[in-house]
Amino acid sequence: MSGLDVKDTGGRDRQATPMPTDMNARELGRWIWRQVTSMRTALVLLLLLALGAIPGSIVPQADVDSLGASRWQEAHPKLAPIYDRLGLFSVYDSPWFSAIYILLMISLVGCIVPRTAVYWRALRARPPRAPMNLSRLPEHAAYTTTDAPDDVLVRAAAELKRRRYRVVVGDDSVSAEKGYLREAGNLIFHLSVLVVLVGFAIGGLFGYKGGVIVVEGQGFSNDLTQYDDFVPGSLFKGEDLEPFTFTIKDFEVDWLTEGPRAGMARKFVSTLDYQQTPASPVETYDLKVNHPLTIGSTEIFLIGHGYAPLLTIRDGNGDVAYSGPTIFLPTDQTFQSFGVIRAPDARPGEIGLEGEFFPTFALGDGMPRSSFGDLINPLLSMSLYTGDLGLNDGSGQSVYVLDKANAEQVMTADGKPFRLDMREGDTVELPDGLGTVTFDGIERWNKIQISRTPGKLVALTGVVLALIGLLGSLFIRPRRVWVRTRRDQGSDATTVDLGALDRSNGGDPERGELELAAIMASLHHPRKDSP
Amino acid sequence: MTNASWEALSNQAVAASGVVYFLALLAHLVQWAGLRKLPADEEVPSGRIAMAGRLGVLLTVIAVGVHAVALLGRGMAADPNRVPWGNMYEFTLAGTFFVGLLYLVFLRRFGLEWMGPLVVGFILSMMMIGVIWLYEPVAPLTEALYSFWLVIHVVSAVIATGAFTLGGICSVLYLLKERSTAERGYLARLPALISLDRISYRMHAFGFPVWTFAVLITGPIWAHQAWSSYWNWDPKEVWAFITWVVYAAYLHARATAGWKGRNAAIVALVGLATLWFNFIGINYFSTSSQHSYAAPVSFSPSRSEPASTEVPL
Repeated sequence: MSGLDVKDTGGRDRQATPMPTDMNARELGRWIWRQVTSMRTALVLLLLLALGAIPGSIVPQADVDSLGASRWQEAHPKLAPIYDRLGLFSVYDSPWFSAIYILLMISLVGCIVPRTAVYWRALRARPPRAPMNLSRLPEHAAYTTTDAPDDVLVRAAAELKRRRYRVVVGDDSVSAEKGYLREAGNLIFHLSVLVVLVGFAIGGLFGYKGGVIVVEGQGFSNDLTQYDDFVPGSLFKGEDLEPFTFTIKDFEVDWLTEGPRAGMARKFVSTLDYQQTPASPVETYDLKVNHPLTIGSTEIFLIGHGYAPLLTIRDGNGDVAYSGPTIFLPTDQTFQSFGVIRAPDARPGEIGLEGEFFPTFALGDGMPRSSFGDLINPLLSMSLYTGDLGLNDGSGQSVYVLDKANAEQVMTADGKPFRLDMREGDTVELPDGLGTVTFDGIERWNKIQISRTPGKLVALTGVVLALIGLLGSLFIRPRRVWVRTRRDQGSDATTVDLGALDRSNGGDPERGELELAAIMASLHHPRKDSP
Repeated sequence: MTNASWEALSNQAVAASGVVYFLALLAHLVQWAGLRKLPADEEVPSGRIAMAGRLGVLLTVIAVGVHAVALLGRGMAADPNRVPWGNMYEFTLAGTFFVGLLYLVFLRRFGLEWMGPLVVGFILSMMMIGVIWLYEPVAPLTEALYSFWLVIHVVSAVIATGAFTLGGICSVLYLLKERSTAERGYLARLPALISLDRISYRMHAFGFPVWTFAVLITGPIWAHQAWSSYWNWDPKEVWAFITWVVYAAYLHARATAGWKGRNAAIVALVGLATLWFNFIGINYFSTSSQHSYAAPVSFSPSRSEPASTEVPL
């Protein structure tokens, strides 16, 4: 291959493009760029993106369903490390998934930048000159008339303008084009995809999502220390939290007692008193499902509820070692709930309680269970532990787990586990002079999700723009129409040729033919108001 | 009327529309059995064969009307009254209704008479699946579903599903006709390959923006209201996104790579497969979907929700 040939390729002629092995670094770079931005690559990347999203819907994702993910890992000890290395527990932030969409974005930019330039030129260009032989076009019509050629062209120009074509009148022909907005729609659609991604990224980087369980009657102030779980974006700063506070004044729920969904709870309403800042007045809001409370740019959602039995534990000396509501976590739809109560300061021995709360206690198949979610026949059933509950060594542990490593279960004289089965108001004396436990009452708690999602309006605007662009790119029909007149020397008959080219894909040929026929008819029989 | 009588009316209307769809199918079969013997290019504007075809369309119109009554009955039977797409059974009823309605709406415009037997057969089979395996008595919805967005999100998803299904039927026929060398019979009488391809494209071009609206606009808005996050990578969302990407690839291929005909038809059918898998399959494969029906109610500490949210899409 001579030097002249290499210069000639100029990146346009695919046939003459050398293979990557023959190229220097710069040429290789251009070759790669061309491959990445080619339509075929974009298509392959789109299909790869679809394929790559599949595992995330089959393998439980750690950040969506952390419990499911850890259960899956326990159940598949051999596969779990391999899956973990492949990023299958967080597919959507894994390097390979990111690689696909980043490549797709590069491909997209590489596609729309040159296309925008082409479009910019096309926008200002005049409709192309009429081809010599209009009968070769897919849509064609012709007639002869005695009208002067110039009259026909003037009428044609007027008619095409009326039909919103951009029109250029030449010596013996009229060129017209319309549907310029189709490509604009296309470009807007592609640009909007970038806008959506930017919005999505802003939310991921600067937003946060936290959860807290608040017992009815108690309050919350928006401070990092108050959250039970908190997932900040990577660029989120703790001091950005808005200084609001709220108190749950009341929580109401409707239980369905009949029909196919008996036992289901509905119409959750949590009445909040809140202050936007410590200095602002107290306002009230009814927090419901689908009706979050917005304070500044933070939103507060009601996403869960449950029971918190109220207990008082007095130790062997008669001192109060524990008092207050304890959050029990529901384990099923009947709100049978599990919880742990710890009184490490009790003397002579530490007291730990672990067990279940049944809102509507019933015996089913000999097993204690709850048969309904509402408080119809509430019963608390706990077993008792004493010894070292592991709370004094300073290491943090979950409030929902009792550390039994150095504690022992208290047994009755006949060797069975000691159980406290209590109804509201009951007091039970503990064995071995450990003290007493009183079941004072039952409160409710709400799980509140608090989140800030900056960029959500950016993302929404992006999708709406994308939809508008999409509609333009799918339904605007770019068309070119030409009218040419010919009058042979010495004849008084004018031959009028019409031709049209539908440049949309999937366009409707019948509609095009109808339009051409209508244009022809208007030239033949001029409308009264046209010249 | 009481709720129970509305529910009974709905069940009767489902049965009645099933019978009428079946009669429509029979009429179309009579029509096509007659047409089989004639050369493919012979038009039959009158006579018994044409009569059977017109009867098939008329019966389809009646069946779709009765089908609408069935949907109305489901909605009126609920307390409080609501849109009739709150569970899989109702979604199947609504989805097949919109397939039938879109077929009738596009019938004249695109000349879809030849699609009659397939559309009616498809609706009939899906309704049977719905009645036999998915039936549930009318029940109140879970809390998160009582939202304005249930109407707009689900109805747009259902309309898009109907359009994609019609487009997919065209694509299947395209692939069959492409391989067929028969000079008579059903395939030979279908519109030319190029028309099939174009009709398929236009169904998809109609369905895609509607799907975009359902999955990427109303879905996230509602998810943000109900679950505090507009995109959760929930399995149903993931598959809706996969469907979107596949159909985007289809349109992209048609528009720029010049993939018409066969390749485009294959991509369209992959899209349809992901769509229907998402509707039915994902409920049985995934236990973590917030859109799930089949999964037992999970109430784990990390996902404690007031409503075990059941959303059809």
